[in-house]
Amino acid sequence: MRIARAHVLVGVDEEARLAGVDRVLSAFREAIRNAGLEGEVQVVETGTLGVSGRGVVLVVYPEGVYYAGVTPEDVPVIVEEHLLKGRPVERLRLPAAVPQTEPRQVLGRQVRVVLRNCGVIDPEEIEEYIAAGGYEALGKALTEMSPDEVIEEIKRSGLRGRGGAGFPTGVKWEAVRRASGQEKYVICNADEGEPGTFKDRLILEGDPHKLIEGMIIAGYAVGARKGYVYIRGEYQLSIARMQKAISQAREYGLLGDDILGSGFSFDLEVRPGAGAYVCGEETSLIESLEGKRGWPRIRPPYPVTCGLWGKPTVVNNVETLANVPEILRQGADWYRTLGTPTCPGTKVYTLLGHVRYPGLVEVEMGTPLRTLVYELGGGVPEGRTLKAVLVGGAAGAFLSPQDLDVRMDFDSLREMAAALGSGAVLVMDESACIVDMLASVLRFFRHESCGQCTPCRAGTDALVRLIEAVRRGEGDGRTLGLMTEIVETMRLASLCPLGQSVALPVTTALTHFRDEFEAHLAGEPCPRCHKLERALR
Amino acid sequence: MEKLEIVRRFPRKRDQLLAILHELQRANPRNYLTGEDLRLVAEYLDLPLSAVHDAVTFYSMFSLVPRGKHIIRLCDSPPCHLAGAWSLLSALKEELGIDVGQTTEDGLFTLELTSCLGVCGVAPAMMIDDEVYGNLTPERLKEILARYREEG
Ligand SMILES: Cc1cc2nc3c(=O)[nH]c(=O)nc-3n(C[C@H](O)[C@H](O)[C@H](O)COP(=O)(O)O)c2cc1C
Ligand code: SF4
Ligand code: FES
Ligand code: FES
Repeated sequence: MRIARAHVLVGVDEEARLAGVDRVLSAFREAIRNAGLEGEVQVVETGTLGVSGRGVVLVVYPEGVYYAGVTPEDVPVIVEEHLLKGRPVERLRLPAAVPQTEPRQVLGRQVRVVLRNCGVIDPEEIEEYIAAGGYEALGKALTEMSPDEVIEEIKRSGLRGRGGAGFPTGVKWEAVRRASGQEKYVICNADEGEPGTFKDRLILEGDPHKLIEGMIIAGYAVGARKGYVYIRGEYQLSIARMQKAISQAREYGLLGDDILGSGFSFDLEVRPGAGAYVCGEETSLIESLEGKRGWPRIRPPYPVTCGLWGKPTVVNNVETLANVPEILRQGADWYRTLGTPTCPGTKVYTLLGHVRYPGLVEVEMGTPLRTLVYELGGGVPEGRTLKAVLVGGAAGAFLSPQDLDVRMDFDSLREMAAALGSGAVLVMDESACIVDMLASVLRFFRHESCGQCTPCRAGTDALVRLIEAVRRGEGDGRTLGLMTEIVETMRLASLCPLGQSVALPVTTALTHFRDEFEAHLAGEPCPRCHKLERALR
Repeated sequence: MEKLEIVRRFPRKRDQLLAILHELQRANPRNYLTGEDLRLVAEYLDLPLSAVHDAVTFYSMFSLVPRGKHIIRLCDSPPCHLAGAWSLLSALKEELGIDVGQTTEDGLFTLELTSCLGVCGVAPAMMIDDEVYGNLTPERLKEILARYREEG
């Protein structure tokens, strides 16, 4: 950024766009001109500021004052009062419980590693990324480290895959490095389809170069010359930003032949998906990338030996790769100071539903769920009570208020038969009905089952019918047992983890909220369901 | 002719299949892929027609039948459901006079349900073509549709 007295950082993402951010931006430029503040105050378009559901959000530095719900009419007031007279406009300020802070530092209890630059730099300017320490890690890797040393460092850091399964990244890279063959690939999984998850989109929109840097380093470590970013087809802005970032990186010699004079060559391309949740599963994604329907492959062999075009392939999630540059820059020892011994680092969550401050947060691994819901989310709205939290998306677990002390990391959640998944945290107060929510989850799975194998195709269909029966009060004593049997069969016999994972929401809902299911079986259908029924018919 | 130009902008590699199909569909005012489109792509990428057909039918963003000028895709996943997406569905059906999967008689809108669009921060949400609309209420819905109707 150029030297200016003040910066106005305006978050530009899908949400802001639909709230009319373009008009706010032009109003700013005009108001600043009118006030004669050009050169003194700079307006910077940036990625998400990590606040959701509050329209156009912006932050004025150096004070770090956040404004939300800003309209073009508010702009002259902000310029006049805050930028000219130095008096923040209280009416538009975010409430105190929302993390307010300075760039690149701790936001409340947030620790920003992955999102360090999001909302701080202009994602369309590679120079800003570089000024913020970007591509330093790449330089270090290419000039000071051998590929084996890079892998060793990532292994030492304890980084585990953020795509849901928590597989150790260094181990995966090593397997690809060791696999025989000259031709290898790196794929970034940006298919992000888990309901309630949009962290990867915000990284793609807010800091695309971090991902590019992570991918080049991965390529160097495993011996690949080519990488693909598979982005879901609905993410138009992400696709555009990524493509722009890739061409900038090429112009700067950071992609292409002989990167930074190291002799290492690597290039990247973007490929769009076309609307299929199952394509987030890595073998299905590979099929899709090859221009086929996205049917999961039978494993083994695994992509690390037989992936894209049958060649050894690393598939990593966006957030996983976005951790890599910071690990190399600051070292594995530093990384291990964050999080827990078995799950170092941070995790990005999307906090949604009945919380006061929904949005994106990044905290250390192992942070209790209670902290997420109450401190960062501000708790359920005044006068309501917490009923349930669906952790990990549709393929996640329904947790009850007694479970709030669980630490959010791969191992702690697994211990209580839940899963961290994609990091979606959907909070429900007493107005939500668990039967109704589980029905929504099951409709999702029925819609997204790829139909390749019978347990999942027939199972998801049967589950929707059964839960609808429960909802209508038409089930009997056997209905819930039958649902349990079906998901158990699916868990054991489905071909891919999609079918296997349906057991988690079903069994956790049935265990923790048994009463509610039985009440539905016994009673009359509720008014809410009547309406619902009509809508869904 | 024009279509050939679209196709030719892409390298002749099979992994370009979805990207090409997206562009062809976008170029069609009725938002779908014609038999001719599929043949063109098959020939260009040197694939059997059945392989192209197979892929097209798999992905929810593609259609083989004519759709409306604008595709309304209402998110139906749990976070949007919790925020009241189902009441929007009734409102949409009523306002448009069609069911999910159908197209209005004037050919302006097709109504579809979709899984999470990744904008749950503003649930309940929908997309109309490439635009995202969030924090929807039945009233806002009406305003939005009116705007599209005005523009035609
Ligand atoms: C149905 C299904 C959907 C998935 N969706 C995604 C996704 O959207 N993004 C993702 O990174 N991983 C997803 N995964 C996990 C991937 O298969 C894979 O484990 C992951 O991309 C590996 O990257 P990581 O090691 O960095 O986590 C999904 C898995 C399944 C079974
Ligand atoms: S488990 Fe479901 S999604 Fe996976 S292959 Fe079988 S049918 Fe397809
Ligand atoms: S489905 Fe539970 S109250 Fe209607
Ligand atoms: S659940 Fe509707 S956009 Fe995510």
